[in-house]
Amino acid sequence: MASWGMFPSRGVWRRPAFRWVDAVVLVGVAVLLFGLLRLAPSLNAPFLPSQAPSQVSTDPAELPYYAVRSLLRMFIALVLSVVFTFVYSTAAARLPRASKALIPLLDILQSVPVLGFLTVTVTAFISLFPGSSLGLECASIFAIFTAMAWNMTFAFYQSLVSQPRDLDEAARIMRLTKWQRFWRLDVPSGMIPLVWNGMMSFGGAWFFLAASESITVLKHTYALPGIGSYVAAAMQQGSLSKVAIAIVVMVVMVIAVNILFWRPMVAWAERFRAEESAAADKPRSVVLDLLRRSVVPAAVARPARPVGRLLDKLTRPFGLAEHPLSKPLVRQRTGDVFFAGLVTAAVAFGAWRAVTYLHVRGDLGQFGHAFLLGGATFGRVVVLLIFATLIWVPVGVWIGMNPKVSRIAQPVVQVLASFPANLLFPFATAFFVATGMSLNIGGILLMALGAQWYILFNVIAGASAIPSDLREAMQLMGVGGWLRWKRFILPAIFPAYVTGGITAAGGAWNASIVAEVVSYGKHHLEAYGLGAYIASASANSDFPKVLIGVVVMSVYVVGVNRLFWRRLYAIAEARYSL
Amino acid sequence: MTDDNVPHAADNVIVEAEHVTKTFTTPDGRALPVLDGVSLTLREGEIVALLGKSGSGKSTLLRCIAGLIAPSSGTVQYRGEPLNGANPGVAMVFQSFALLPWLTVQQNVELAMQARDVPEAERRDKALRAIDLIGLDGFESAYPKELSGGMRQRVGFARALAVEPDALLMDEPFSALDVLTAANLRGELVKMWDGGAREGAGKHSRGFPTKAVLIVTHNIDEAVQLADRILVLSSNPGRILAELRVDLPRPRDKRDPGYEELVDTVYDILTGRESALEKAAQIAPAAVSAMTPVDLPLPAASVGGLSGLLEILDARGGRDGLAEIAEDLNFEVDDLLPLVDAAVMLTMATVAGSDIEITDEGHTFVVSATDPAKEQFARLVVRHAPLVGAIVKALHATKDGSLREGFFLDLLRRGFSEDEARNQLDIAIAWGRWAELFAYDAERGELILEVPEPVVTGGSRL
Repeated sequence: MASWGMFPSRGVWRRPAFRWVDAVVLVGVAVLLFGLLRLAPSLNAPFLPSQAPSQVSTDPAELPYYAVRSLLRMFIALVLSVVFTFVYSTAAARLPRASKALIPLLDILQSVPVLGFLTVTVTAFISLFPGSSLGLECASIFAIFTAMAWNMTFAFYQSLVSQPRDLDEAARIMRLTKWQRFWRLDVPSGMIPLVWNGMMSFGGAWFFLAASESITVLKHTYALPGIGSYVAAAMQQGSLSKVAIAIVVMVVMVIAVNILFWRPMVAWAERFRAEESAAADKPRSVVLDLLRRSVVPAAVARPARPVGRLLDKLTRPFGLAEHPLSKPLVRQRTGDVFFAGLVTAAVAFGAWRAVTYLHVRGDLGQFGHAFLLGGATFGRVVVLLIFATLIWVPVGVWIGMNPKVSRIAQPVVQVLASFPANLLFPFATAFFVATGMSLNIGGILLMALGAQWYILFNVIAGASAIPSDLREAMQLMGVGGWLRWKRFILPAIFPAYVTGGITAAGGAWNASIVAEVVSYGKHHLEAYGLGAYIASASANSDFPKVLIGVVVMSVYVVGVNRLFWRRLYAIAEARYSL
Repeated sequence: MTDDNVPHAADNVIVEAEHVTKTFTTPDGRALPVLDGVSLTLREGEIVALLGKSGSGKSTLLRCIAGLIAPSSGTVQYRGEPLNGANPGVAMVFQSFALLPWLTVQQNVELAMQARDVPEAERRDKALRAIDLIGLDGFESAYPKELSGGMRQRVGFARALAVEPDALLMDEPFSALDVLTAANLRGELVKMWDGGAREGAGKHSRGFPTKAVLIVTHNIDEAVQLADRILVLSSNPGRILAELRVDLPRPRDKRDPGYEELVDTVYDILTGRESALEKAAQIAPAAVSAMTPVDLPLPAASVGGLSGLLEILDARGGRDGLAEIAEDLNFEVDDLLPLVDAAVMLTMATVAGSDIEITDEGHTFVVSATDPAKEQFARLVVRHAPLVGAIVKALHATKDGSLREGFFLDLLRRGFSEDEARNQLDIAIAWGRWAELFAYDAERGELILEVPEPVVTGGSRL
């Protein structure tokens, strides 16, 4: 891996083509969403938090406090994501039956636009904590969590199932307990992909933070103290200068988190690299070096050791990390059939319930309308990808092939990719209002603000990973101009580009929910598209429409991924990987 | 860990494998035997070597004994108890070392004892003793990446020996090391083993804290150097061809006539199977063409390697001992024997006992220029290599002289595992390409007949 890898990690997309189980899972997810929706209480006023303000103060002096609150949400979500990753990946990798359902489920989940479901999750969480703003807090953290967890889980699962066979055998023959194996083998060997994907997902999650702090439920807006709601409030007041201040704070926060947390983490994770790597491009961190020289490691390690010993003892009864060599075949088959039947029956029942629910309300006809709207949004995504490709591929190649430039550009692009584009929406909207540009076109620009960076980011990674001897060979042979692009550069960056393209497309779909409806001051712009459909349905708390919109969008995303991106990815892997 | 009871006759049996058969299932549901009814007893105080070519299932057998995989039929017992999970009485040394790169040498060595819940102080003592024994003093806090291959394998040994296992299993422990390092480590192992044995065979000794060793190897020299008993396994499926006792005192001298004789005997046994192949090559071509690609698999030999072997043989006067060639070239059985198999299959050489002799066909091949050599090779592979012959025939039978590789893979899967089917086709493609019999489009996975003259049937291919 180059010093900054591609995102998401390779394993995420290297998966088999569409199978029947995916269809079951897709329906299952829809059922899950439906269940959530049914769990949400009938929205009576007493359930709604009374003390939560509908708007936060836009006094810039409050900003540091808001920033800390936002940051706290991000890190809570990160911790939850790590826990989820450990549990979910381990179950998927170690329980053969569960893995059959868990992995396709994860695959679909990462395509569901959770942003569209925010209203529903908010009401569900409010019902857990009636009358307090804790429900809102949980909903926001949950939204951030969904932006982080899937990729991390995939990366860790991939490292679990691709563990070297000899290490697995060594662990078994040493008779490590389950606990020991997890902490001595599983976690260390998955640490590098976990940290890298954690860092990148964390960057992507800022967007969700900004979008989830200020939520409209039943035509009533609630705001949590945070930088996202600050911007929302400033936007409502039409104060661009206050938005600008918030953006500066945001940039500082993103950079600080990178320097103080992720950079040291990445450098620290290097110790878990199995093969020796060239010492030259090893990630370094001044902060980590400082920490290592300080008394902190020893101070942490001393009390931790007896705790570790105790846990080691306590978990011994869970047994060895072993599975019996022979199992009665008949019983196993029966179990398989029973399990598959149970899952299918549950999904079928749920689907039936969901369809009747929509049918009773007379909303089934909405599906056709939603698919039509989806087509419009799909068109926007395509245009966005084409333009982003034309602009950022040459730029990315130029940056990636110039080590000096990329050393400076790398952190900048990383901040750009992390920066929540929705904070920039006010400026864009002001521009649209001033020029009278329709949001039907402008929406593309808004979606691109966040999504395009994934293409640039991955192209840079791909271009800088081209071996220098290949470049020298091309130079010596006098391969230049268009031929150089066609035969050398484009094929070499193709796998990285595909990875970036998938991520950018996914990001754009999600962004459409906040980009197709924007308000600035007293101006209200709306585009024709599925994102706007979902956004207005959730603003009106029209749950059936939210469900329909989210399901249709998931179908679009999953369909395009399966029919287009996965195939491209397979070609890239087979033909163009260096 | 040991109970020093009064030894009974059967008490010194550590591991017993009875009629172990292992079959893997091919993708189309056929059973593919890898091990066929192998029995083995490992007793206290002995070193046993499992010797065989690739495909003999020797590593599979070792993993059955270690309790890492279950035999399809037959049983493996440790001290009379049938296994249903990792064997509790053994430790293993891996070809690839299998050290955890994020743990120091000492932590790696302590890990297995930690798994057994050995108290911390005792754990450290034992680890340091094992590290000391194996000559790693001063490297306790080093990480595996900082060590050379030889040193890493020492850590592997220390880790295995620290738990004082009943039996030590070794899976080609020296084959990832360079020749000198391997010889050095092997020598030390012998010394330690004999040091331990002198203090009392079968008893626990300070010298070498294990009671028996089972080593898997494809290096004939290694087996003869180390073992008290050598079990020679056949390939596809693995069966025990012979059991040889080695009564020479250790350390053993390569120039000892007894030693040389033993090495020759092993070569004889390992190439003995080839006599059937040779017979097939010498009888009427019609009979060979009746053999299917499954009956007569292609040996994993490259054309370059094959012609290299023939050139060396030709330069040495046309006949030499296999052991000598292997010795001079530093080849191991896995490197040399496929080349020998290929030469014999294509009637370019014959094997008699442990000697190999070049034939006229082989001599012509060596002295020819590239083009005639290619023509000759093409003729020979079509006639004697069933898979290549079958491919050419099938391509001729199609209208446009091309076929998807999936077609051949499907056929091969009836007799081979998924991987082996791929290997077979790859070998056939390499041979056929070199012979300019057919071309291969890797991107589309297509085999295309090479037509020497302009196409007469019309340009249906475009």
